[in-house]
Order: sequence, then structure tokens, then C-alpha cells
Amino acid sequence: MAVMDKQKQTINLEEVAIRFSGDSGDGMQLTGTLFSDASALFGNDISTFPDYPSEIRAPQGTIGGVSGFQVHVGSKKLHTPGDYCDVLVAMNPAALKANAKWVKPGGTIIVDSDTFNEKGLQRAGYKTDDPIAELKLEDYKTIFAPITTLTKESLKETDLDNKSIVRSKNMFALGMVYYMFERPLQYTEKFFEKKFKSKPRVIDANKKVLRDGYNYTSNIQAIANTYQVSPAKNLKKGLYRNINGNTAAAWGFIAASEKAKLPLFCGSYPITPATDILIELAKRKDLGVKTLQVEDEIAGICTAIGASYAGNFAITTTSGPGLSLKSEAMGLAVMTELPLVIVDVQRGGPSTGLPTKTEQSDLYQALFGRNGECPMVVIAASTPSNCFDYAFMASKIALEHMTPVILLTDGYLANGTEPWLIPSMKDFPEIKPPIVEENTPSYQPYERNPETLARGWAFPGKKGIEHRVGGLEKDYIKGSVSHDPLNHQRMVDVRAEKVERVKNYIPIQEVIGDEEGDLLVVSWGGTYGHVLTAVQNLREKGKSVSLCHLNYLNPLPKNLSEIFKRYKKLLVCELNMGQLANYLRMNFQEYNYLQYNKVQGLPFTVVELEEKFIKILEAK
Amino acid sequence: MGKHNYTPQDFKSDQEVRWCPGCGDHAILNSVYRALPEVSELLDYSKERYVFVSGIGCSSRFPYYVNTFGFHGIHGRASAIATGIKVANPRLSVWQMTGDGDALAIGGNHFIHAIRRNIDINIILFNNEIYGLTKGQYSPTSKLGSVTKTSPFGTVEQPFRPGELIIGAQGKFFARCIDVDVKHTAEVLVEAAKHDGTSVVVVEQNCVIFNDRTHAYYTDKENRLERVIYLKHGEKMLFGEKKDKGLVLENNLLKVVKLGENGYTIDNILVHNAYEPNPGLHVMLANMNAPEFPMALGVIRAVKFPTYDDNVRDQLIEIQKESKITCVDDLLHSGETFEM
Repeated sequence: MAVMDKQKQTINLEEVAIRFSGDSGDGMQLTGTLFSDASALFGNDISTFPDYPSEIRAPQGTIGGVSGFQVHVGSKKLHTPGDYCDVLVAMNPAALKANAKWVKPGGTIIVDSDTFNEKGLQRAGYKTDDPIAELKLEDYKTIFAPITTLTKESLKETDLDNKSIVRSKNMFALGMVYYMFERPLQYTEKFFEKKFKSKPRVIDANKKVLRDGYNYTSNIQAIANTYQVSPAKNLKKGLYRNINGNTAAAWGFIAASEKAKLPLFCGSYPITPATDILIELAKRKDLGVKTLQVEDEIAGICTAIGASYAGNFAITTTSGPGLSLKSEAMGLAVMTELPLVIVDVQRGGPSTGLPTKTEQSDLYQALFGRNGECPMVVIAASTPSNCFDYAFMASKIALEHMTPVILLTDGYLANGTEPWLIPSMKDFPEIKPPIVEENTPSYQPYERNPETLARGWAFPGKKGIEHRVGGLEKDYIKGSVSHDPLNHQRMVDVRAEKVERVKNYIPIQEVIGDEEGDLLVVSWGGTYGHVLTAVQNLREKGKSVSLCHLNYLNPLPKNLSEIFKRYKKLLVCELNMGQLANYLRMNFQEYNYLQYNKVQGLPFTVVELEEKFIKILEAK
Repeated sequence: MGKHNYTPQDFKSDQEVRWCPGCGDHAILNSVYRALPEVSELLDYSKERYVFVSGIGCSSRFPYYVNTFGFHGIHGRASAIATGIKVANPRLSVWQMTGDGDALAIGGNHFIHAIRRNIDINIILFNNEIYGLTKGQYSPTSKLGSVTKTSPFGTVEQPFRPGELIIGAQGKFFARCIDVDVKHTAEVLVEAAKHDGTSVVVVEQNCVIFNDRTHAYYTDKENRLERVIYLKHGEKMLFGEKKDKGLVLENNLLKVVKLGENGYTIDNILVHNAYEPNPGLHVMLANMNAPEFPMALGVIRAVKFPTYDDNVRDQLIEIQKESKITCVDDLLHSGETFEM
């Protein structure tokens, strides 16, 4: 066991944020994940946010190649990965330069001093040979540790090659941070044992480097205190696991397929940041999931439409540019009135935009981006773990109402992780699609359920209900091709009404805060954690701020206008230039909507939100 | 007594057939009506197991006219829709009805990838070398120099040769027919249905309005037997009204010879082997054209190969046998969990 320096004091913290940063080949995502896993197993609440470049290996040592991973650890419930970090680990000068602005004033910075040579500084684009002065970090606690040298020293007895040895330096850095925060090493050691099962020497090497990093930090006098973040107390008791938004979404669809007793089919094409949903589903052949990685985005949705027609529960997954490509086929799904879920993990746009960064700028596209009068249900998840719930709900609505549904998540939710109280499938509702039985007498393809207006779902292969569907306008009852003017009007009306009636099957909108008040913050989707934290912080200071966070975007919850009425000011916050605000203006013209918008490929910070709220509260 | 005893009448839907009078599509529809009862007997398919899928174009109206399940999709995407249907329910007999624009222009990507995967569907490609439904623009199979509405001075691009493209995409089944020969087309459609994997049948079809007589050189009755060769697996490659002409391979190239002339006898004539995996000779046969060669009709290539839908299903079964995860609750508790 590592030796503890008894003279050092342990300071208790309620929450702490740590950012690991380095070259995209330095293993920072893994390092961050290991720290967050260890913290979750220790009993903390966590929230993480990876921030990585779209290049797999940008030129070494440059700003463009910096990969970061922030983890927020708390002894209370956390809703964000933290705006700013208390500790920054920077494995090279570029990482320091790119991330210095994210460190809290006076925070701790650990750097690998071996990389701070002339070449390193030059590659990172420093103008002087004093990075600390250049970045104005004099008031920060900077620990220059020769991490590369120490790692080499630590592993010189092993028979690992030099490249593998140097690659282990992230574990040395992790050991240093473990010491600072008194994290137990056992969880990470177990991880090594599992990951390198057949390579005992690699296990030993990793364990040694981790411990040496830990012990090194306890021996140097650079760190005055160690910190402890106690296990979270106000979390619900029970069995947890860490989950990110993409995995949660994938599992939510499998859950829906189980409840609907239909095989899950996913037709998809890889696209950042949505690919992991396809990857997770591809692993689940054990649960009968069929995944097709097809030739393009259009084939993704079209294979899904075919599978849906044939009686599978079908989905397709994508991100912004892929949603554009799927537009025409979404219209086909609307016209043929087949169940289908389209997941759009939003990223910075337009065009290729910022593939690895988060944004909420596909709302218009989801709501309106199709030819013709083409309404679809649009739902947005708001936390990494509730991607499971909203994937489930999107599926339930699609299957029971015979309509395509768009599920919006974003890069932040997709890659962000948090502990998740594992639910039990018995607590989820049944899903009952309107499946047409064989030989149903006088079956008509477009006959509708009078309540939901959903048509029946008649699978090929079933006797006596043979029929044809397609993208041409349909006769109101028979579903045969019709160019009749009044029939077209009637069909356009009924397709819109069918989507509108979904209102009666979704929860009414809730408000966090007061029944009425000075300011109602309106937000949607992945900004939930940041907006909630900002609202809560101001409420603790006695401000009259409440939050109305939307998950159902089309149709909107039926009590929304009733809510808006009760507040003096409405402020719509979103990571786009005002798409929800305009949509609300369209729906409820009687209110004045103030806006707070940001499109930098980054989540909101709690600080900027609080500042904005106060400004608006103080304005006449 | 057969198992189903369907007649062509059983496959006619109540929809009025709306193709132009004289359109080759009518003949193809009749070939399908004729083939399906036979397919049903041979493969024990009841009527509700057929799904006709299409994209956009004249040929793509086809599903409305067949009294089974049908899906009229969007332009170019029929191969993808058909793939989804077949993977979702491999018991279905899936037929994609498509044209040269639908399959080879806008849908080219889906078309080649369906073929590459060898999904067990039958693709019937109506090749009239023109866009009919949009009233006469050139297509990817229009002959070089074709004068159309969008090429008033003639096209300046070389056309696809569908057979070469299909085999190049690793196609395992390729056949060619002419619309006017309803009986032969029906026979070939039965062969396509019997073949496991992607079967592509190109039907040279006449657009009476916008590209009339584009295939007339081969299809006109008076000279047809001199200008086409009906290939059959295991039979000599002979053609001509008197079956006095045949194909030989010389200097690695095909050559037309006349029996009894220049010392050629029946023994020199090639025997058609549609089952040969090596595509070399099949491509040469598919590419034969006038005036040097007759056009090859019939099943040119039919090679056994595992199908995509079988592979998908087998993998699911294999993995389900071994996995400990049998329901979503198992999945949620798999991997690292912890008590709080």
C-alpha cells in the first residue's frame, strides 16, 4: 500500500472537477474514464465530458491534436461536468495552452515537464520560452513533474519496448491525481487485470506505473494538501452503473423491442458522434438485434423502412448531415405511416461543421426539413442516462401511433457519462402496436384507430391482408393511389391530426421552481444539466427563477401556454441561434421571448447562464 | 394436383394498368403473372409471401398491379427497401422491379451493394435506355450519341453495360430477356426465383413513346433468331434459325463461327456453364453485341454462394446459443455495476 504522508492535511470538498488533456494519442479519454469509474465505484456522483478533435491523430504536439476529458466528482448530485476545473493535467505544452482557460483561478496544474522543451513549445505555438508567464498562470499551483522520465525509470526493469513504456505515462499521471484526491487504486487495478487478461506483464507494468505516480506525489513536497470527496449521500440507494447517452439510447431501443415483442432492426451508416449507438446495437445479437451497416445514410433509413413494413421494430441512427440525406425517406415513412425512430445525435453544423462538438442546431431540420406537409413527432433527451427513457418513449409512440419519430440527442449527451440507477424492465409500460391479424375481414390499409388515428400494421406473409403502400398519395380508406384533390386535403389533415393527438399520450410539462414568478427559463434537450444548475444556484440566492425544460417538441405538451402565462419574463436558452424561440413564437404568439444563444460547439457554462439570468432579472 | 394451384388470374390486382398502350411493361407484367404460379408450386410459396418492391419510374408502378404485398418506394431506393424487408423476414419472396434510371443512376449505390451482399432478392431491371416517366431524357444505358430531350445534339457519355456492372459487383446471378418474348421471360423469372441470392434479370424493354424500337434490331421477329442467342446451362452455344451458327473461344476471345465452314464442327462449339464461378466468360457473353455478335439471352450466370440474409440469421442463432444475456434486465446488469 502506498505510504501516506501524515503531515499533510486532508481537505474535504463537496465537488471537484479534473481535466485530463494531452495529445490525441496520449490516452486521455481512457485516463479520464478510469478516474470517473473509480470515483463512481467509490460512491461519488460523477458527470463527464470528453472534448476531442475530429482528427484521429492530428500532428503531434499541436493545439489541433489536443484531446481532453473533464470529470466532475461530487458528494452531492451533479448535473454538469463542471464549467471550470480545479485540477488540469496537461501532458504537453499544447494541452496546457488549449486548456489553461478552463482552470479555476488559483487551481492546480500538473504538467509533464519533459515535454516542455524548445520543440514542444514551438509546436504548440508559444511565442516565448516561458509558458507560465505567457499564459499568465503565475497565480496557479503548477507542478512540473518529469512524467515521461519517471515512467521510463519506473519500467526500466520490464521487457516492454520503449514505445509501450512511454505510452504508459498517462497511468503515471493518473496515479498522481489519485494521490491528490485519495482515490483507491483497486478499481483501476482490477480494470488492468481484466483488460490485459492474457498479458500478465502488461498488468504488472501498468499497476507499477500507477503506484509510482501515486507514491511520487506523496513524496514530493509540491502538494500541500490532499483532498477528499466523500461518497454522495443524497443519491437514491441502489445498484448503479455508469452510462453515456449513446449506450443508453441503444439500450432503450432494445428495451422497447422487448416490450413490443418485436425484433429490433437498425439500418445505419457510421457518422460522428452517433456511431456508438450502432456499435452498441451490433454487440446485441444475443438479444436478436439485427444491425445493418449499409452503403450510405439513405440506405440506412430505407432498409429500416423496409424492415418496418415487414414487421420489425426499425430504427436508424445518424447526425446532422445524415439527417439531411434521410429527409426524402422520412417523407416516405410519413406517407406510408410506418413506425420508425430516427436518432439525430446533433453536432456543430452546417455541412460537416464541427463533427465532434455539440450543438442544438438541427431542431428546425427535425421539425420542418422535408418536402410537403410532413409532420413528425420530435422528442429530445436531456441527460446521458435519460437517453434510455426517451429512446423507449420515442419507440412506444412510433409503434403505437404508426408514425416516424425523431429522437434528438447531441454530442454532449452522447459522450457524457453519469451514474445511472439501473431500472427494472417491469417498471416500464407495455408497447402495443396495432398489428393486423391474418384474414381480418374487410381489412382496409388506411382504416384508423378513432382515438390515435393510427392505421393498422399488416405484415407481408400474413394471409388475406395483401395490400400495396408507397409514396404516392393514398386513398383515405383503401390506401390505393389517389390524385383526388379533396382526398389529398383530407389525408394531409389526418396525418397532421395524428401527430397532434400524440399530445394526449405524453406527460404534461412540469416546472422546476415556482408556480409563477419573475423569470421562466425555457430550454430543451442536452442543456438540461447546465440550465438546471444555474437556476438552482440562483434560487438558493433567493432569486425568482424557474425552469421549464422541454423533452417533447412536436407535439408540444398541452399545458405549455398555461405555464408561460404565469411568468413576467420568458428566456429561451439554446445552443443555436434561436430555433426553439422561433418555434414557440410560431405556436404561442402572445408571449415575448427573450433569447440566450451560443454556437461554439460547447455546452453552456453555468456561470454564463447565471450572469444572463441576473441581467434579465435586473433589467426593467 | 399442385400445392397451391394458382393461375395468373390470382396475381392480378383490381388496379387498372396505366402504362401506355404498346409499352413493353405490359409484356413483362404478363411474364410475371405467368411465372408466379409456377414459382409457387416449385418453392411452395403461398401468395402472401410475395412482396413486390419498386422505386420510381414507369416500371416502378408494377407493385400496384400484382395482388400480393407491395411497396412503391422512392427514386433509386428499392434495393435498400427490399434488403430491409428480406432481412426482417427471410421467409418472404422479395421482387424488386426497377428501371435503368432507378437502378443504375440514382440508385446505383444501393443496386451494386445489394448485389455485393448477395441478399436473396430478385431484381428485374426494365432497360428501355430512356427516362419515360419524365418524358424522354437520356439514361445511363442510352447509347452513345442518343438524341433525347436533354441531349438534343446527342449524348457524349458512354453507357453502362448492365451485365458487366452486375458481375463486376460480384453478382452471382445474371440473366437477360427481351420484353416481347413473354414465355422465355417467364422461364427466366422462375430460374431467378429458384436461385438463392441476388438474382438480376435485365429485360430489354421498349418505350413506345420516347425511345421506340431501341431494341428492335434484336427483337424484330424476322431476324431475331439470327441476332440473339438463347443460352442454357449445359447446352451448346448455338443460334440462327437453323442452329447453324455458334460461339467458339479463340485467342481468349469469343468468335462467331458457322458450322461446316472453315473446318468448324459442333465439337468446337462452347458449352454454356452458368455455374462457373470464374466470371471471365460470363462477362464476355454479357457484353456481346451487334453486328459482330448475337445478344446473349437467358441465364448467363448462376453461381451458388451464401446469401446475406442466411448469414445474418445464422450469426444471430450462433451467438444466442452462447450468450448469457437473454433479456434487457440481464443487459442492464452486465459489466461493471456498483451499490450506492
